[in-house]
Amino acid sequence: MENTSREDSKAPLLEAHDLELWRGDRRLFEGISLAVHESELLHITGPNGCGKTSLLRVLCGLTLPETGKVIWKGRQVARSRADYHSEMCYVGHRESLKADLSAYENLGFDLGLRRDAGTEVIRSALEEVGLTRAADVPSRSLSAGQKRRVSIARCLASKARLWVLDEPYTNLDVAGREFVDEMMTRHLQNDGLVLLVAHQSHGVAGHTVRQMEMA
Amino acid sequence: MDIPGLGTAFILQVRRDLQLAFRHVGQLANPLMFFIMVTTLFPLALNPMPRLLEAIAPGVLWVAALLASLLAAEGLFRQDVDDGTMEQLALSPQPLALMLLAKTVAHWLITGLPLVIMSPVVGYALFLPRDAVPTTMIALALATPILNLVGGSMAALTVGLRRGGGLLSLLILPIVMPVLIFGARATDMAMTGVDPAGALYLLAALLLLAVSLTPFAMAAAMRISLD
Repeated sequence: MENTSREDSKAPLLEAHDLELWRGDRRLFEGISLAVHESELLHITGPNGCGKTSLLRVLCGLTLPETGKVIWKGRQVARSRADYHSEMCYVGHRESLKADLSAYENLGFDLGLRRDAGTEVIRSALEEVGLTRAADVPSRSLSAGQKRRVSIARCLASKARLWVLDEPYTNLDVAGREFVDEMMTRHLQNDGLVLLVAHQSHGVAGHTVRQMEMA
Repeated sequence: MDIPGLGTAFILQVRRDLQLAFRHVGQLANPLMFFIMVTTLFPLALNPMPRLLEAIAPGVLWVAALLASLLAAEGLFRQDVDDGTMEQLALSPQPLALMLLAKTVAHWLITGLPLVIMSPVVGYALFLPRDAVPTTMIALALATPILNLVGGSMAALTVGLRRGGGLLSLLILPIVMPVLIFGARATDMAMTGVDPAGALYLLAALLLLAVSLTPFAMAAAMRISLD
C-alpha cells in the first residue's frame, strides 16, 4: 500500500483508520488508512479483484469492515449515519434508476429524501448535465452515457459535499469522459471532495489530486 | 443540511411505489388472480355440494390468502436491489426501517387490500354464510398486513441470494402459522354463530407486534443483504 501524503495544516474531512475486510476466508485488504481534505480528489487504483469497490462501499457505510473506522468531520460514521449520508452521494456500478420513471421523476424521489428542494433544482441540475430534452422520457430508453449523466445530476442536485464515484468512466465515449472530468473539476473548485475508483487515468489536473494504489 | 421529515419521506416512498405498480397493471393483479383461481377451482374439483363447500370455505379461503401473499413476498424488494435503487435508499439520510415499512405498506395496498375487497365474492362462490362475510373481511384486513410484514423481513434476508424462492416460503410459513389459525378460526366462529372477537383481538395484537418489530428486522436484514 502506497499513500503519498501531502502536508496539510487543515484537518481532513474524511478519514479512515486501519480498515480490514474479509470476504469468506479471503482477506481483501488490511491496514488501510486514508484522509481526504477539502477540494481534494483521491484516486484509488489497482488490479481487478483487489477490493477497490469493496473499499469504496466500506467508506460509504454500505459494508461494515471487520476492524477500523471511518470518520466524517471528526465523527464516526457508524454513529451518525444520517449526517454523513446527507452530505454524500454515491454513484455505483448500477445507475440506481427506476426504468419506468423518467430521469426527472427518479431524481425527484431521491432528492425528496435528502433535502427540501424545489422542482427547479432538479431541472437546473439536469440542464447542467445536458439532459433537457431527455429528462421526461422513461429512463429505460436512455443510453448508458445519459444514465451516467443523470447520476451526476443527482450528485449536483443533492449538494453533496463528498462524491463517491465507482468506475464512472465505464461505457462512456470520449465526450462522456470529458464531461465527468469537467464535473469533478468543478466540484473540487467548490470545496467538494471526490473519491474515485477507476482503471483509467482521469483528466483532473492540479495539486488537489492524490493517488492510492491497492495491491 | 435540512433533512426532510419522516412523514414526508414515508409518503414519498409509498407514492412512488404505487406509481411504479400502476405502470405494470398486469403484475399488479398476479396475487389477486392466484387467490381467485385457487378458491374457485375447489368447487369445480370437488363435489359442488353447498354443505361440503361451506364446511371447507374458511380453510380454502385462508390458505389461498396465505399462499397469495407468499407468492408476492419474493417481489417486494427484488427489483429495487437489482436496479440499485435500494443502495441509494440505504445511503439516504432517512432511516432504512421507515423506508422499508413504507414499501411494505405500498405493497399491502397493491397485493393485500385487493384480497380483502374480493373476499366476499370468493366467499359467495364457496357458499360462505353471509353472516360470516364481515368478520372474514375484518380478519383478512388484519392478517394480510402481518403476512406482508413478515414476508418483507424474510424477503430482505433472502434478496441477496440468487434463488431464494423456496427458502423464502420455508422461512415465512412457520412464523405466520398463528395468523392462519386465528384467521380461519375467526371465520369459523362467525359461521357457527359464536362471537369471533377473541380471534380478531389476537390478530390485531399480532399486527401491532409485526408493525412495531419487523421494520427493524427488515432494515437489519437488508443491510446484511446489501453488504
